[in-house]
Amino acid sequence: MAIDIDTARKVAKLARIRVEDRDLPALADELSGILGFMEQLTEVDVTGVEPMVSVTPMRLSRRADVVTDGNIQALILKNAPDAREGFFAVPKVVE
Amino acid sequence: MTVNTWTIAAARDALRRGEVTAVELTMACLTAMDAGDGLNAFVHKTPEIALGQARAADARRRAGDAPDMCGIPLGIKDLFCTKGVPSQAGSNILKGFRPEYESTVTARLFGAGAVMLGKLNMDEFAMGSSNETSCYGNAVNPWKVDERLLTPGGSSGGSAAAVAGDLCLAATGTDTGGSIRQPAAFTGIVGIKPTYGRVSRWGIVAFASSLDQAGPMTKSVRDAAIMLRVMSGHDPKDSTSADLAVPDFEAALSGDIRGKTIGIPHEYRMDGMPAEIGALWQKGAAMLADAGAKIVDISLPHTKYALPAYYVIAPAEASSNLARYDGVRYGHRATLAQGDGITEMYEKTRAEGFGREVQRRVMIGTYVLSAGFYDAYYNRARRVRALIKQDFEQVFAAGVDAILTPATPSSAFGLGEMASADPIEMYLNDVFTVTVNLAGLPGISVPVGLDAKGLPLGLQLIGRPWDEAGLLNHAHVLERAAGFVAKPEKWW
Repeated sequence: MAIDIDTARKVAKLARIRVEDRDLPALADELSGILGFMEQLTEVDVTGVEPMVSVTPMRLSRRADVVTDGNIQALILKNAPDAREGFFAVPKVVE
Repeated sequence: MTVNTWTIAAARDALRRGEVTAVELTMACLTAMDAGDGLNAFVHKTPEIALGQARAADARRRAGDAPDMCGIPLGIKDLFCTKGVPSQAGSNILKGFRPEYESTVTARLFGAGAVMLGKLNMDEFAMGSSNETSCYGNAVNPWKVDERLLTPGGSSGGSAAAVAGDLCLAATGTDTGGSIRQPAAFTGIVGIKPTYGRVSRWGIVAFASSLDQAGPMTKSVRDAAIMLRVMSGHDPKDSTSADLAVPDFEAALSGDIRGKTIGIPHEYRMDGMPAEIGALWQKGAAMLADAGAKIVDISLPHTKYALPAYYVIAPAEASSNLARYDGVRYGHRATLAQGDGITEMYEKTRAEGFGREVQRRVMIGTYVLSAGFYDAYYNRARRVRALIKQDFEQVFAAGVDAILTPATPSSAFGLGEMASADPIEMYLNDVFTVTVNLAGLPGISVPVGLDAKGLPLGLQLIGRPWDEAGLLNHAHVLERAAGFVAKPEKWW
């Protein structure tokens, strides 16, 4: 399955990675090559095979629904590129 | 003193006899580390932390409390979050990030008295097989046979270079498709990826969560057994970590494999595989047969489809895991232009912060998970993964105790030599190792010989789920029979 330039643009958009228009043809080629490699999977008969969910047959463990930590606002904000008044700050989201 | 060249076992025994102190061991490693900048293995050095931990280890030993790893100087892969110390996963997007917490693995190691010398180079987000995608530049293999600089492999390239170059006694690595075993093979050291769930993933920067496992990279199988025991164990903070007792792996190294059955999968005989690797593989089988094991031919029919399945599943999981790098909570945020909104912030931040290979994989993952393609790619790959696991279950059910394969399709190649290659050519490095991650099994790479160029080659042993003890014992026998003692000549 070949990826055209419009699909490459759409994938970059979905992935939230800025790709300049001039770089789109090369990106489309690269992605097509990798997807071509994956096409081999169509040779396998997977009739009746369930998609693997967990590689080890274990149930996820549960615990009591209680707070186990908290009150660490300063630690959480410490690595933020922009933190103000106890919040993460971002550019305006709503006009 | 050249105590930096010692194994963990030798250092432990000497520490217990009082022949060396943790501070002396640490000083020797710090000196080797500073003299080893040519390998570009250590990317964040932590000598103050190391000396503090070493003094504490000596005090602890004097007080009569001396666990195996107490006072042992280690290098830590940059993928592990270490409190207050840069933990960037080899990426510019995490530039400046200093975690406020400690990964479970490093917490266990430090709790047992181990010493951290610093953080080790790696491929960005562990995506690569040559350590050439790192934001820190290439790590370099201490093995050198001509004017070329060689790759130490990847993604745990800095770990492999640091251990092989004797900058530390051992290092942590992580393995999603072969990232412990391939670099171990390229540098003549031992590396084990345990069963999925044996080691907690908490605090390790996630690449592909259903495949990632951490493990030790060491100078001997015994060292791998000692260090893996400390790294392993149930962790309530990782819901996929197994609530199983951790055996004394070192005690399992009996050296007796009489009556065990070793499988040789014919699907691993690849077209174009160098004759030397085929010969080494046969030699390894003969060594295990000499030790009393029974060698049988086995078939793992879906082997061929492991790489394409992996390169659907791993990027899919990566695209989801790496969505968190958005310039809001930690790491890099792009400088914005007048009028840029939040979408521009995301897109510019991720374009600037992620390298080419990471961008490529995030986009492939995004594509295979997108509406209309989810079934054709992602679900099909997960079905093929189930078949790959079933292949292994069938041979283990038939009585096979361990499987012997080559570790890599070649010895270490030159840095830059794959620069113009198709991404898929690089992916082929993982051809022998990736099946093990897909099936969640333990696998170990053991150095067995040198090729005609004088570079190390390794063999891989694959074990039954949760049988790291048996696997390490098989590896111990192979190591002893191979008698690999070659060391790289110091040029750096």
